[in-house]
Amino acid sequence: MKYRVTHSTQYNYSAPVALCRNEACLLPRDTLRQKCLTSELRIEPYPSDLRERKDAFGNRVSHFAIQHPHDGLNVTATSEVSVSADPNLFVAANQRSWESVRKHLASDRGPLTLEALPFLYDSPLAQKSQELEAYAKTSFSEGRPIGEAAADLMQRIYSDFTYDQESTTIDTPLSEIIVTRSGVCQDFAHIGVACLRSIGLAARYVSGYIETAPPPGQARLIGADASHAWFSVYAADAGWIDFDPTNNKIPGEQHITVAWGRDFADVSPLRGVALGGGKHKVVVSVDVARIPDNLLNDQSQSQSQKT
Amino acid sequence: MTIETDRRKKSGPQSYETELGKYNELGVGGEKHLPHEKILLQTLEKLGNKRLAKRRKEAQRLLRENGATHNLFGPADTSRDWQFDPIPLVIESDEWSLVEQGLVQRAELLNLILADIYGPRKLIEEGLLPPEAVFTHKGFLWPCVGLLPPGGRHLNFYSANIARAKDGRFWVLDDHSTPPFGSGYALENRVVMTRSFPRLYKDFQVHRLAMFFRALRNRLTLLARNNQTEPRIVVLTPGPEHALYFEHAYLASYLGYTLVQGGDLVVRDGCVWLKSVGGLRQVDVILNRLDETLCDPLELRGSSLFGIPGLLEAVRRGNVTTSNAIGSSVLQNPAMMAFLPGISRQLLGEELRLPSVATWWCGQPREREFVLQNLNKLVIKPIHPLPGLPEMIPGQLSESQLSACRERILANPHLYVGQEPANLATVPTFVTDTIEHRPFILSTFLTAKDQSYVAMSGGLTRINDNEGSLLTSKEGGYSKDTWVLTTEPAKQVNLWQQAPPDRLIEPLLGSLPSRAAENLFWTGRYAERAEATALLLRSILTNLIEYNEFRDPDDRRSLEHLLQALTRVTSTYPGFIGEGAAEKLADPRAELMSLTSDTDRPGSLRSLLRSFGYSAYIIRDTLPVDAWRIVDNIQQNWNPKVSISLIGSGRLHDSINQLLLQLSAFSGLNNDNMARETDWLLLKIGRSLERALNLIALLRATLVPYYKPSMEAQMFATVLSTSNSLITYRRRYRSFIQLPSILELLLTDKNYPRALAYQLHQLQRMIAELPQDQPTGQTREDGRLISEAYAELSSADLKQLAQLSISDNCHPLLEELLTVQKERLEKLSEALTQLYFSPTLAPQRLAAVAHWKKS
Repeated sequence: MKYRVTHSTQYNYSAPVALCRNEACLLPRDTLRQKCLTSELRIEPYPSDLRERKDAFGNRVSHFAIQHPHDGLNVTATSEVSVSADPNLFVAANQRSWESVRKHLASDRGPLTLEALPFLYDSPLAQKSQELEAYAKTSFSEGRPIGEAAADLMQRIYSDFTYDQESTTIDTPLSEIIVTRSGVCQDFAHIGVACLRSIGLAARYVSGYIETAPPPGQARLIGADASHAWFSVYAADAGWIDFDPTNNKIPGEQHITVAWGRDFADVSPLRGVALGGGKHKVVVSVDVARIPDNLLNDQSQSQSQKT
Repeated sequence: MTIETDRRKKSGPQSYETELGKYNELGVGGEKHLPHEKILLQTLEKLGNKRLAKRRKEAQRLLRENGATHNLFGPADTSRDWQFDPIPLVIESDEWSLVEQGLVQRAELLNLILADIYGPRKLIEEGLLPPEAVFTHKGFLWPCVGLLPPGGRHLNFYSANIARAKDGRFWVLDDHSTPPFGSGYALENRVVMTRSFPRLYKDFQVHRLAMFFRALRNRLTLLARNNQTEPRIVVLTPGPEHALYFEHAYLASYLGYTLVQGGDLVVRDGCVWLKSVGGLRQVDVILNRLDETLCDPLELRGSSLFGIPGLLEAVRRGNVTTSNAIGSSVLQNPAMMAFLPGISRQLLGEELRLPSVATWWCGQPREREFVLQNLNKLVIKPIHPLPGLPEMIPGQLSESQLSACRERILANPHLYVGQEPANLATVPTFVTDTIEHRPFILSTFLTAKDQSYVAMSGGLTRINDNEGSLLTSKEGGYSKDTWVLTTEPAKQVNLWQQAPPDRLIEPLLGSLPSRAAENLFWTGRYAERAEATALLLRSILTNLIEYNEFRDPDDRRSLEHLLQALTRVTSTYPGFIGEGAAEKLADPRAELMSLTSDTDRPGSLRSLLRSFGYSAYIIRDTLPVDAWRIVDNIQQNWNPKVSISLIGSGRLHDSINQLLLQLSAFSGLNNDNMARETDWLLLKIGRSLERALNLIALLRATLVPYYKPSMEAQMFATVLSTSNSLITYRRRYRSFIQLPSILELLLTDKNYPRALAYQLHQLQRMIAELPQDQPTGQTREDGRLISEAYAELSSADLKQLAQLSISDNCHPLLEELLTVQKERLEKLSEALTQLYFSPTLAPQRLAAVAHWKKS
């Protein structure tokens, strides 16, 4: 499936900003089942300093600065991405019990595991705890295949937690969310990640998008008009398997990955430090549109003509 | 303690040497006195305890005056003074060379580990280092991955704390990569030691310390990637509130670098720039003394906005180098020590020459079990500082403390290590009134040199009452000089470099950081404001004593006028003017006390002196040494113990006289010693501007109102004496006292240093000399304002100014002139701030845009 994603962020300041320096994590990376065909970052006012690099986890990070006084900032990322589903992944993940994956992580030092190790430990926003361990253990019963167990965890988060945009802020800790049992996709992804770490598995936080307007007859998914997030678990030789607890869905053709990290803080779409600016307001809009196959070539041509 | 022998064998990748314990088993009596120690003790015995105590007191005073032993403005709970022990630690040349080889090897090893951790991470792949020891340590910074070019030297400045066991062998207790502290103290101790005990020092052939600092400076110069000939190197400090600010300032001034705080630096176009009075200057190397996680609030997202947003990107692009490389504090993980022997064999093909104190990392089951079984015998340490963790001294833990400790370890085993308590050898010390033997720790310092490292031949030796507090407490205690003996006569080494004979060295001018500039300006202003307040207080005290003697009603009214002038001049309303004024005028003593000694009252003499000291502290590296000594003395001494009943006695009067002398000495020393460069100009501009403003305030409060003839002469005389001008006036105008003459002297005489015209004239001249970033040919705002003020004053007609308005009972034209002058000067101060101090806007983090979150 092919999509065009437009993600726009507008900051308005009450006083001029003299200098600001930002990092954006908005351009989709390539994955085993995803290819980023085109991508473009448009910044207003025009930045005097813009560089793209890969961070320690392989994500695409754009560093930019605006070095003259300005009253607002607009960052719009436009990308075309082709995504495919891989149903075999889940099957492969069920070849191993979760305990054997845990053991593998402790002893194996092959390239896949080395890459997974950083996701095994606490990170600032996703830390293991006894409560989370107990919660996870219900799904991770003795000898259960890791894919099945993780899917069960996803399903339980989906049914146990209430989706409520008003219930949490960006600073609400997991210890509170596990009690109130409500939050948004970011919280659910963090709960999943921290649950898995609590039982000794490697888990990462994935940021991305889901399709805004589904095809006729299909339900519109939650989280479609903003950026989305879910969790991913390391299943030894089977690699990483994604789970979307907000929609109780194993990400396939409708999920577009932008980046992954230990938690949200590693892949925050946009962050910055500004000198001055008084108070500021942020408005974000996201649009994910399906591109019919035959249109793709024309679309990308018109894209390149624009730049 | 006993430790099972089988634990000494290699188990998993962790390995231990527990020799410290073994030596202890041999018995404590086996300590041997080394030959130099005997000579030292003989010399000291000859000197006698009394004289030794006297010399120590002298040394302690020197250290204190230099600001080394205490932080005047640090947080209250950390300002515990360092005590000085005059008996140096002496290390024989042969012994030291073994220690040095071991330290150099360790520095090389740690440098390789650092490069591996932020690069290929082969050590983890090969099982030589457990991943937890890297990934869970707070010092491991993900944004720094890939930031260290392979094969480079990223650990440029390294410090290890070492201790001597009972048999004489040295062991490493911990490693410090950032920011290694104490090298400045070591230097300061040496300076004081050679001054207080010159003969003792001469009897031994002691290695000089300057060699090390020369190597450090060479190394930092080499780190400049773009500008090898004249790199700009800065020392980045968290600021004067930091407990170690003294050392930061001391090192900066000793090495000849600019001392900066985060706000002084800005990243533009991928380079780091110093905001200076003359504009932006590119920075090549940063000697970092800031907590690494705070260095770059954009990428590292520490708890504050202290640092420099974009610093890591500038490093990434190769436009600036920090020492040490940001991220190096991961090496401070004590868990690393358990794996060093294996890593050394793998990376260097050598055994560790200098052993580490035996360390069991609880991240592995067998080691964890061992630590849990020996909880009360081992030193339990977290791998990085953990909030709320109590101090744990082995053998002193209660049952409940032990079980709490056990629980913490079991919850997060990889966060803890157990270390064998070092069974330390002792050295002679003189911390009480007799020579005693106490255990010590030696902080050693290394810097990269050529393809390897070089150690400071010496270090900072610390001693404490007992081993427990020595190993666990970081501050306080006693420090002493460290003498490494040499077999050759010590060569005179200094920091000077030989310039090539065909090259003239360009002076490095015009790079005064804006923050330093601002503090120089305010040091001048506060010094002057304190002086003006002290003078007025002195006049009031004189009048108060006179009134108390003669009880003359006119004296009473003059006194009241003066008290009200004091409130106006110091802006300490309501004071003698607003609410409750009547009672205060009737008995002014309590209010006068408050204005003299209340620290928390803005405008009081005490608070002015504190602000003066604080500004001076920030720029102490630019002041003459003796000038700083005066500042320190004022801070220590200005605490006049005058009770209300004594306020009319002469005692406060004497204290104020003393203070006025000190303030004059401060300005005199600066006048005589500071080069006429930007720093001096700003200090003087601050002083002149403030003197002008204070004079205006005094004249407005005292000469604008009308007095009846019986009071007039006395008021005029008081104004003259308050502006230190009575004698000059008498000489010029003899015994005739009248307003136009006073105005001629205090307002319009441009050759009289107490006159307003003189100040404006000086300001005009000095402002024209301030550096300009880009000369535009146009007069700047500051130049325009001062010219206007001066022209206006010059054209004033004294006779008109002295005209009285009967209806308003005042001199309206004088009032108008003074008001306009005041406004202009206040605008001038604002203009100077904008032009030269580049006031930074408050930085803020832009709200993170969450994944489906309200921000």
